[in-house]
Amino acid sequence: MTWLTSLGRYYILMTRTFSKPEKFSIYRKQIIKEIENVGLGSLGIVAIISLFMGAVITIQSAFGFESPWIPLYAVGVASRDSIILEFSPTIVSLILAGKVGGNIASEIGTMRVTEQIDALEIMGVNPSGYLILPKIIAAVFINPFLIIISMFLGLFGGYVAGIFTHAVTSYEYIYGIQYDFRPFNVSYALIKTVVFAFIITSVSAYHGYYTQGGALEVGRSSTKAVVYSSIIILLFNVLITQILLS
Amino acid sequence: MIEVKNISKEFAHKKVLKNISIKFEQGKANLIIGESGSGKTVLIKTMVGLFNPDEGQILFDNRDFTSMNYKEKKEIRKEIGMLFQGGALFDSQTVEENVIFPLSMFSEMSESEKRDRANFCLQRVNLVNANKLYPAEISGGMKKRVAIARAIAMNPKYLFCDEPNSGLDPRTSILIDTLIKEITEEFGITTIVITHDMNSVIEIGDNISFIYKGEKWWEGNKSEILKSDNKELNDFVYASKFMKRIKVGL
Repeated sequence: MTWLTSLGRYYILMTRTFSKPEKFSIYRKQIIKEIENVGLGSLGIVAIISLFMGAVITIQSAFGFESPWIPLYAVGVASRDSIILEFSPTIVSLILAGKVGGNIASEIGTMRVTEQIDALEIMGVNPSGYLILPKIIAAVFINPFLIIISMFLGLFGGYVAGIFTHAVTSYEYIYGIQYDFRPFNVSYALIKTVVFAFIITSVSAYHGYYTQGGALEVGRSSTKAVVYSSIIILLFNVLITQILLS
Repeated sequence: MIEVKNISKEFAHKKVLKNISIKFEQGKANLIIGESGSGKTVLIKTMVGLFNPDEGQILFDNRDFTSMNYKEKKEIRKEIGMLFQGGALFDSQTVEENVIFPLSMFSEMSESEKRDRANFCLQRVNLVNANKLYPAEISGGMKKRVAIARAIAMNPKYLFCDEPNSGLDPRTSILIDTLIKEITEEFGITTIVITHDMNSVIEIGDNISFIYKGEKWWEGNKSEILKSDNKELNDFVYASKFMKRIKVGL
């Protein structure tokens, strides 16, 4: 199948997904359930990765800045910018593409091959709207919170690592993360997060929704969902960065 | 009543359904029988709109389903109940939630009314004390019964059953068949059952259509099927030694 056909099918699926819901109260319940699945379910892994990556970024920055000409607070500046601009919005989104995206594709794919989606259709329910829309809304809503938490934990991890390894003092690190702080960088990161959340959920749902066959194909759909959403995230990362920061 | 007129359907240049016309009567169990791959499931899925026919008409009480748009089809589908081969129960919901689902989606009933209706449907299919169990925790026969309960929850006018007794032991199989027959007569539903189980044919076959290589080959009822001299039908009906013995005894 050509990429143009896939794009057309993705567009049709999204048109159906964003059509008027049959009953708002049912969709509202679904959204809350999905916020719990997508958001709270990913909090643990996001927290662990952010803490350790923040620590590594700080240690690496300190290692790179071992020069009498560079002030020590530059470690804080570099850690802050790396975490806010790239690590939290992009790398954490890539991790979520693996965790949440794979989960969405396999869930919807299993529903497809066990005829649960057909059952919804025959009942008169719009299956794409009922299954996909709550996931997209939930991810677009909750992911920015996850990324903000990731930013704070990343900076905290960097702080702890900096102090324990004597790479930087507490005063210099805190001074560094405040130095020449641009609030727009956070807005830029959150804009990226929202776009990536939409990509993760919609691309993964697309691959799950059009699964054909059995358990083997569900696995393949899940893998495709992770690979394609990661590639699209990387492409959009360049695009958004060029538009917002150039 | 449901009527299909001259339905044809092709997949990848292969004609799966060839000019099929059948009338399915209200209040009766209308059976579609045939070998695996003969086109039975494609026919039923075309009738409920999961596939679009290449040619022909499908009339639900004289309402032309084939010429309807997506919204109009959705309205007709609210009058349809369907029992899938594997049950197609929602894994993430309990038995009771599965039955309540269509009521929550399309009715304005209160929570207690929905629960009462779900309990009535579950009792009607002889399923008690299973409300809080998940599909993974119940047997194949119980899944089929929950699927029937969900299918009748909205008082459907039309009931489609895709091999309702596949994978079930003979006793549970007869139980499911009897249940389908009783529900059909009790609620005056137009029921269409796909099967290749000859027990079902003999038990509940009011009207029987035999599909052979995508064509309607034979039509009749359960007493006529055993006396037919149609070669292809006889090859299908008397495929087992057990049925051959019955033939000798006739």
